[in-house]
Amino acid sequence: MSTTTRTARGKGAPTWLLGAGPLLLIVAALAAFAALGGPGLGERRGPPAEELVIERAVLKPGTIALTVRNDGPDPITIAQAQVNDAFAQFSGPDGPIGHLRSATVTVRQPWIEGEAYEVVLMTSTGGTIAHAIDVAVETPDEDTSFFALMALLGVYVGVIPIALGMLWLPWVRRVPPAAMRGIMALTVGLLAFLAVDATLEGFELAGEGSQAFGGAALVPLGAIAAYLLLAGVSSWLQQRRERAREAGAAGGTIALLVAIGIGLHNLGEGVAIGAAYTAGALALGAFLVVGFALHNTTEGLAVVAPIADARPALRRLLLLGLIAGAPAILGAWIGAAAFNASLAAFLFGFGAGAIAQVVVQLAPALRDEHGRILHPVAVTGLLAGMAVMFATGLLVTI
Amino acid sequence: MGDGHAGHAADTLHDGHANFAGGATVDHHANGFDPHALLRDFDWGRTRRLASGRVVREWELYAVDKEIEVAPGIAFAAWTYNGRIPGPTLRCREGELLRIRFVNGSEHPHTIHFHGIHPAAMDGVPGLGAGQIEPGQETVYEFDALPAGLHLYHCHVRPLAEHIAKGLYGAFIVDPADEREEADELVLVMNGFDTNFDRANELYAVNTIPFAYMNEPIHVRRDDLVRVYLVNMLEYDLVNSFHLHGNLFHYFPTGTSRTASEFTDTVMLCQGQRGILEWRFAHPGRFMFHAHQSEFTELGWQGFFEVSA
Repeated sequence: MSTTTRTARGKGAPTWLLGAGPLLLIVAALAAFAALGGPGLGERRGPPAEELVIERAVLKPGTIALTVRNDGPDPITIAQAQVNDAFAQFSGPDGPIGHLRSATVTVRQPWIEGEAYEVVLMTSTGGTIAHAIDVAVETPDEDTSFFALMALLGVYVGVIPIALGMLWLPWVRRVPPAAMRGIMALTVGLLAFLAVDATLEGFELAGEGSQAFGGAALVPLGAIAAYLLLAGVSSWLQQRRERAREAGAAGGTIALLVAIGIGLHNLGEGVAIGAAYTAGALALGAFLVVGFALHNTTEGLAVVAPIADARPALRRLLLLGLIAGAPAILGAWIGAAAFNASLAAFLFGFGAGAIAQVVVQLAPALRDEHGRILHPVAVTGLLAGMAVMFATGLLVTI
Repeated sequence: MGDGHAGHAADTLHDGHANFAGGATVDHHANGFDPHALLRDFDWGRTRRLASGRVVREWELYAVDKEIEVAPGIAFAAWTYNGRIPGPTLRCREGELLRIRFVNGSEHPHTIHFHGIHPAAMDGVPGLGAGQIEPGQETVYEFDALPAGLHLYHCHVRPLAEHIAKGLYGAFIVDPADEREEADELVLVMNGFDTNFDRANELYAVNTIPFAYMNEPIHVRRDDLVRVYLVNMLEYDLVNSFHLHGNLFHYFPTGTSRTASEFTDTVMLCQGQRGILEWRFAHPGRFMFHAHQSEFTELGWQGFFEVSA
């Protein structure tokens, strides 16, 4: 293989062909392979691998409806259903459920509120898939008043607390620069806690959901996607307004980014709240709302801290508050009406990634006169931020 | 569930009772056996008389691996004697010479271990006599029909629980020399199936198919003597039981005594325990019978007697 031959060939073919050629060959080879039915491979060894995930349980008087998804490679036929060790009548898919397809199985059971049930679906091979309902409670109807209730919930836990937190703005403006760095550190501490919390919650949800759709990988995927998206948005915003005054980004940009990051986090939080409410695992008491108010009020502080020096219009402040808080409403709707553990896991990862990006953006604001980031004031602020979130988080364990 | 409801659709029969979806049952034809036929199917084998005048009774049993629909839409890779679960109900008379030719057509080693009185070499356990019969091999078990009573037979190859749970068992009846009173005789072998291999049963039944006698009751006549040969072969659960509605029965444990031990409506048996039940229905109509472990009942072990006047 001499260099001359290679050069000669390179001259002969157009560049696009050299690029597309291998791709076309791959497509042709795969098509031939599929058309011949995978020559030489034969049948898969062993009995069918059955993996069925129960994505959602809807309880109505006298029935328990399970939305199931086939996570395994082989079609699954549901032959019988048992509830608490007794065969039960059910209606469901007539034929097999294909790979990654979902179906609804409605089991007839005179369930009693507050009791625990185990629904077992038996497949044609005799395999069993069990789903535990820890506390039976009727799934609310998804009508207008239900969506209104979810919206109210989102306002209570997202919009109002953040708006309240933003009322710290006048105070933040007056504090001396050293104290301001402490407040920024506190903000970073709050956000760090949220990122860790969201990641862990995401992994927990991923474990419940379909593994074929990525499982736990959805959380870091969501996080990386959010991080990259926000980083892109941030650099675009900075390009557009060439008025960066500090070493870091402009206060306005950062405030927007913080709002977006917190908003994405609240989207995930809303999903968790909506799903918990629908499953009857959430008491809509004053305690919960008060807890969230305390917890999320600190998020409002995080939004306004970067714009302490600026004099933003009230309209702009309102907008920032809505960006940070309103996604909780959307999340509550998604969680209540179309909860899907895989989607929720992805959203939690997304929120965590967004927050991580915001933390990176905020970090330069912690620098003192000597250029240090982890100076005593900042460390104190970071730890205090995490402690505040941990303490207020105890009030709102779902 | 009174008499007045006889005209209702089949589905109303099951209102309030656990059952398979849609009240469906399995394809008995494809399985090759029907629990209703098994009830009164006694295999007397072939007999010939020795010069001494003694009767020799002979059967041929073969082990065969077979997929059985144990519940509607659920296939179970069973191991069977003669393609059915329970295996043939072998019936003979006290004192006869019994010869059971056993051919292993399964892909796994098996034996037939009989309960009763016989020489050690005829015990059908690995390491004694012909020992474990390998696939494609065969042997002949030969012993006297002793004692009179209700016995059973099953495979005794390790792992024992698996060889039994997959279906290798059956009833073995030795009639007393002075025969029992004429009766409507039924064989009920209590069993279950572990379909997902978690060493616990997903299905319970008498004569293999859950709810079979709910979908189609056992027909008997009022005032006739009913005699049930009840054998418990249930694996994985410590005990099983039989409960009869609306009547009491005389119970003869192992059928070895002609004097009833109890007049009751519920008996409890561990695996391998068996007994003869005798009673006459006093009233026409439908009477349930089932395990008095409600879990077993609702997982398939229940049925009806339909008593006609």
